[in-house]
Amino acid sequence: MSAPAIDPVRAPVPTARTSNSAKAARATPARFDTALGWSDRPGVARCLRILLCAIAIGVFAVPFLTIVSGAFTTHASGSSLSFVPHDSTWQNFEVAGERGIWDYFTNSLVIAGGALLLQLAVSVLAAYALARHRFRGQALVLTLFMLTMMLPEEVIAIPLSLVLGHVPVVGLDLKGTAWGVILPLGAWGFSVMLLTEFMKDIPTEIEEAARLDGVGEFRMLWQVVLPLCKPALGVAGVLGFVMIWDQYLLPLIASKDPTDYTVTVALSILRTDPEVGSGVVLAGALIALVPSLIVYLLLQRSLVTGIAAGATKG
Amino acid sequence: MTATTAPVRGARARSAFSKRNVLPWVFLAPGLLLALVFKFLPMGKGVWLSFFKVRPFLGDHWVGLDNYTRVLTDHRFQEAIGHTLLLGLGQSLGAIAVGFALALLLEGQARSLKIVRTAVFLPVVTATAVVGEMWRLLYYPTSDGLINHGLGLLGLGPTQFLDNPDTALWATMVMSVWMLAPYNMVIILAGLAGVDRTLYEAAAMDGVSLWQRLRYVTLPAIRPALGIVLTLAAIRGLRVFTEVYVLTGGGPAGSTEVWMTRAYTLGFTRNDIGGASAASVVLLCVTLLLTVTVNYFRKRGDAR
Repeated sequence: MSAPAIDPVRAPVPTARTSNSAKAARATPARFDTALGWSDRPGVARCLRILLCAIAIGVFAVPFLTIVSGAFTTHASGSSLSFVPHDSTWQNFEVAGERGIWDYFTNSLVIAGGALLLQLAVSVLAAYALARHRFRGQALVLTLFMLTMMLPEEVIAIPLSLVLGHVPVVGLDLKGTAWGVILPLGAWGFSVMLLTEFMKDIPTEIEEAARLDGVGEFRMLWQVVLPLCKPALGVAGVLGFVMIWDQYLLPLIASKDPTDYTVTVALSILRTDPEVGSGVVLAGALIALVPSLIVYLLLQRSLVTGIAAGATKG
Repeated sequence: MTATTAPVRGARARSAFSKRNVLPWVFLAPGLLLALVFKFLPMGKGVWLSFFKVRPFLGDHWVGLDNYTRVLTDHRFQEAIGHTLLLGLGQSLGAIAVGFALALLLEGQARSLKIVRTAVFLPVVTATAVVGEMWRLLYYPTSDGLINHGLGLLGLGPTQFLDNPDTALWATMVMSVWMLAPYNMVIILAGLAGVDRTLYEAAAMDGVSLWQRLRYVTLPAIRPALGIVLTLAAIRGLRVFTEVYVLTGGGPAGSTEVWMTRAYTLGFTRNDIGGASAASVVLLCVTLLLTVTVNYFRKRGDAR
């Protein structure tokens, strides 16, 4: 696992640049640029569009303010909830801290970091073999990786929890350890597919030139192919992070007792605690929200291109 | 071609040949190993266990298809099928309709549109559990709750969205649509970007209405994108778990119980591993069947 120590934070920066240049290449907006034929000229249509956009933001983004507002309100017991806190306070975070929210948060970070690194490493290696080599059984391997996408953890939850309790051959008990969540997330067909498609587009001339210089397979991957894959790595990284952070059932079944929970699963503990109010739950929700928010805002461009690319390949 | 060159290279390439054959498998090993242990082995084990009455310490007892008949005749599972189908279908179609509307609204290159798209996309990147906590509060049953407050302004009384068996499933569906629609928006936007602009121009010259343009130019062009969206949504809808588990836990009075929450209760609370495995296998078969069918029709549609 030591070889492809990818830096998921730095990698996707080039994506931003490439999509900018694509925009520059586009012609100036014309009347038939959109399906509905929106126009930039002032008028009724433009007013309508601004109004509809405002409603869309109001419906999809504004509800998040309830989390922020509630987390900073002293007695947010669901009553008198608003978008703006009446009396801002840090008390909810202190109470949530006493209930161990930062320990859960640390669990989450360890799991997300470990699983993301493992997932990227596994995907890069597999994609390199699938994209740059011809071998017997290639179609079968591709089908197997596709199948991992069709086997969601919901469907295999019960037997998976048995396997986690006693891994065959080695006989380890992974329950209650971070590995119990990290390892099942390692093989993710989606990121294998994404990286395979991207690596196929790298011109063979580059590789042939390197091979003439006597570059071996691992150095080829590490020093030639991988640097060229940075945009795709960014996409796989963001989508992988969102997918891992969203995990609920897996951390639940991989835990031995509630102290092993991730922060998202631990929200249910806060909710059922009769001594704390909604404000504390929302403080926890805000803590669970921030990392995905940061990743998204930093790298949202590559996320959107990734979804589009993944979808069109179907 | 290969027949003539092979014997010439044969002897020299033999050592390299075996090395070249092994190398891809070295690269594939970690992924295949993890998939084998944590995906395919549990799947096989699940199918195996579904034929047994699983008794810890006493040994498993072969019961054939008993678990399946038990699960399929259990009235709570039968209700769960209905809820799963209703929720899955409702949230898929709702999320596509809303996603399509959003895509039509937010299509374009302007910077301000990109900012709006970024804001609207937020629900997708937020963990389901966090979304659930948020919607619990939006649905707060007294007039202090945000949605009920809004209803109050319209002169409507407070509704007990999640505590009323008649509305709980619909309330869950609305949250799912809210969560999934922006994702569909992005896929449909990618489809819209591929529409030939000259077709719009030609349609305008022929004097067709906006509705006809959408119906006959835009919709056929983004049909592949819609196909993908529908497949993903349907598969996701069948295995819905976290949304329901976080928001209602299957209640009140089992009115939001879906297939997977029922299987979870059976397996982890009642320790009926055999029955829960049978339920999972049924779901897996339906999912696979659905995927294959949709892919078949998509391929046929593409060929035409």
